[in-house]
Amino acid sequence: MTSDTTPAASARAGSAVRTGGAPDAIIRVQSVHKWYGSFHVLKEISLDVERGERIVICGPSGSGKSTFIRCLNRLETHQRGRIEVDGIELNDDIRNVETVRREIGMVFQHFELFPHLTVMDNCCLAPIWVRRAPRKEAEQTAMQYLERVRIPEQAGKYPGQLSGGQQQRVAIARALCMKPKVMLFDEPTSALDPEMIKEVLDVMIELAESGMTMLCVTHEMGFARTVADRVIFMDRGEIVEQAPPSEFFAHPREERTRHFLDQILHD
Amino acid sequence: MNDRPRTPDLPPPITEVGAIGWLRANLFRSWTSSIVTLVLLYLLARILVPFLDWALVSASFTGTKSSDCSGQGACWVFIGQRIDFFIYGFYPATERWRVNICYALLALVLVPHFIPVIPTRVRKWLGIFGVTLFPVLAYVLVTGGWFGLEAIPTDKWGGLTLTLMLAFAGILASLPIGIVLALGRRSKMPVIRSLSVVFIEVWRGVPLISVLFMASVMLPIFLPEGVDFNKLLRALIGITLFWSAYMAEVVRGGLQAIPKGQYEAAHALGLSYWKGMGLVILPQALKYVIPGIVNTFIALFKDTTLVLIIGLFDVLGTVQSTIIDPAWRNVATEGYLFAAFLFWIFCFGMSRYSQNLERRLHTGHANR
Repeated sequence: MTSDTTPAASARAGSAVRTGGAPDAIIRVQSVHKWYGSFHVLKEISLDVERGERIVICGPSGSGKSTFIRCLNRLETHQRGRIEVDGIELNDDIRNVETVRREIGMVFQHFELFPHLTVMDNCCLAPIWVRRAPRKEAEQTAMQYLERVRIPEQAGKYPGQLSGGQQQRVAIARALCMKPKVMLFDEPTSALDPEMIKEVLDVMIELAESGMTMLCVTHEMGFARTVADRVIFMDRGEIVEQAPPSEFFAHPREERTRHFLDQILHD
Repeated sequence: MNDRPRTPDLPPPITEVGAIGWLRANLFRSWTSSIVTLVLLYLLARILVPFLDWALVSASFTGTKSSDCSGQGACWVFIGQRIDFFIYGFYPATERWRVNICYALLALVLVPHFIPVIPTRVRKWLGIFGVTLFPVLAYVLVTGGWFGLEAIPTDKWGGLTLTLMLAFAGILASLPIGIVLALGRRSKMPVIRSLSVVFIEVWRGVPLISVLFMASVMLPIFLPEGVDFNKLLRALIGITLFWSAYMAEVVRGGLQAIPKGQYEAAHALGLSYWKGMGLVILPQALKYVIPGIVNTFIALFKDTTLVLIIGLFDVLGTVQSTIIDPAWRNVATEGYLFAAFLFWIFCFGMSRYSQNLERRLHTGHANR
């Protein structure tokens, strides 16, 4: 368990940077800023993610949480600060970016499976073309992960023939087929019908229990409570508060966090 | 309490199904619809019956010269007598077997795509042969000058052969150039983007006729003395570049229809720009715009007739030059109908093939 190494002392973003960073951080984010035109989306974001750590990022819409995790595999570029993944800096060097992307799996809100390829081909595409795996080996790996997300029987179908929950589980398997070191989840259950959320969350919980490093942007607070080592609350482009879930939900420090939790925890 | 018994399924009323149902639904739905149907039937009869009489019943099919035609109907004897010229142009009669081999190969490449029982694998390999080895083979055979084959200069080429060569080469070259231009136009690099935009807008902004005139008349003026490259090649390059500009815009439409998330998913998996384009984006984008692509192919095919104005004899050119032959009386209608029919066969074939392709590539709904 790595939750004991999370910074508990300081909640405010800027002061949360530990000097020198954690010894075993796989992602290091230092003072990152980003603007869309003149709109300041990310302000002074700093974060170290340890290997095997499970982080849930929450916050109101427009708080910059999606933008932030999309910066981690450079789907969005940051304009100031430094992001390092497994010792490789994300900058204009496309080789660095592609190296990092090979090591980071991403799951999107709208699945983004490739509709012209079967489930199996979706899973094999990147291992074959990026990792240069032989097709047979790639298919074996794919089958293994499809079994893990519990839909091996759909391997020959096209994404358009699957339900939303099934598609999202395929998307998770597709990302895992690259054997990533980190998994990013960008609101993986927001586009799903309510009855399909659980099947996706179950797969994510299992993945978390297997020791995968995960960053999840999600509003599923139950998930955060169950698996997160750290919950981060973002608002208006800043990290407002971060704490282990027990502390985060029981004793939120900041007024903005309390307000947000009041609004989403209406049960 | 017992469940309410299910209402049994009854057959639909007799007036809603079968031939009667179809007639009612499509031809006689209302009074106005019935009147329109009857008027159209009357007009059809007035036009179609005399045409069929002229073209088939009273027409003359056998014979060798003008006087063998009765004059009551179409004189198809004329087409039969001149068919070699329409197909081969001025290509020497003793060497026509070379062209015939090309036609046989072309049929081998094209026909299986219309026969569903032939396995997809076979069709795929024939298709690959059709766009790679076949054009080279056809060029070597028809041009000659190699392997002891007599060299036949391009001004001897003509008729349907020339039309098909122009169309095939134009189609084959304009699609990849169009794709590259479309990608260029959407590139993030300003120089590449501007070059693509300028190329597309310039070529799309001029009529094909003026392109062909430029190629055949203007270009030689600017070329240094003694440098002269083939008129046919110049026309072909003109046609290709002209249509690749159109193709680029069709493909761009497809690229724009792909959601941004697909690009992101490809990138997130570590695929490079070219791999992402080739494996994820283009297969989807091209599938979306198959109707537009085939539309462009068909337009290109028909517009090859414009080479007539720079003195190349395509199939329409050969027809036009023979119908004024004084040995034959009033055969213009037959000639033009024949040419139109040839064009129609090929264009209709392309259209059917594209519909077939669309059905085959349909993989259910898009991913959201």
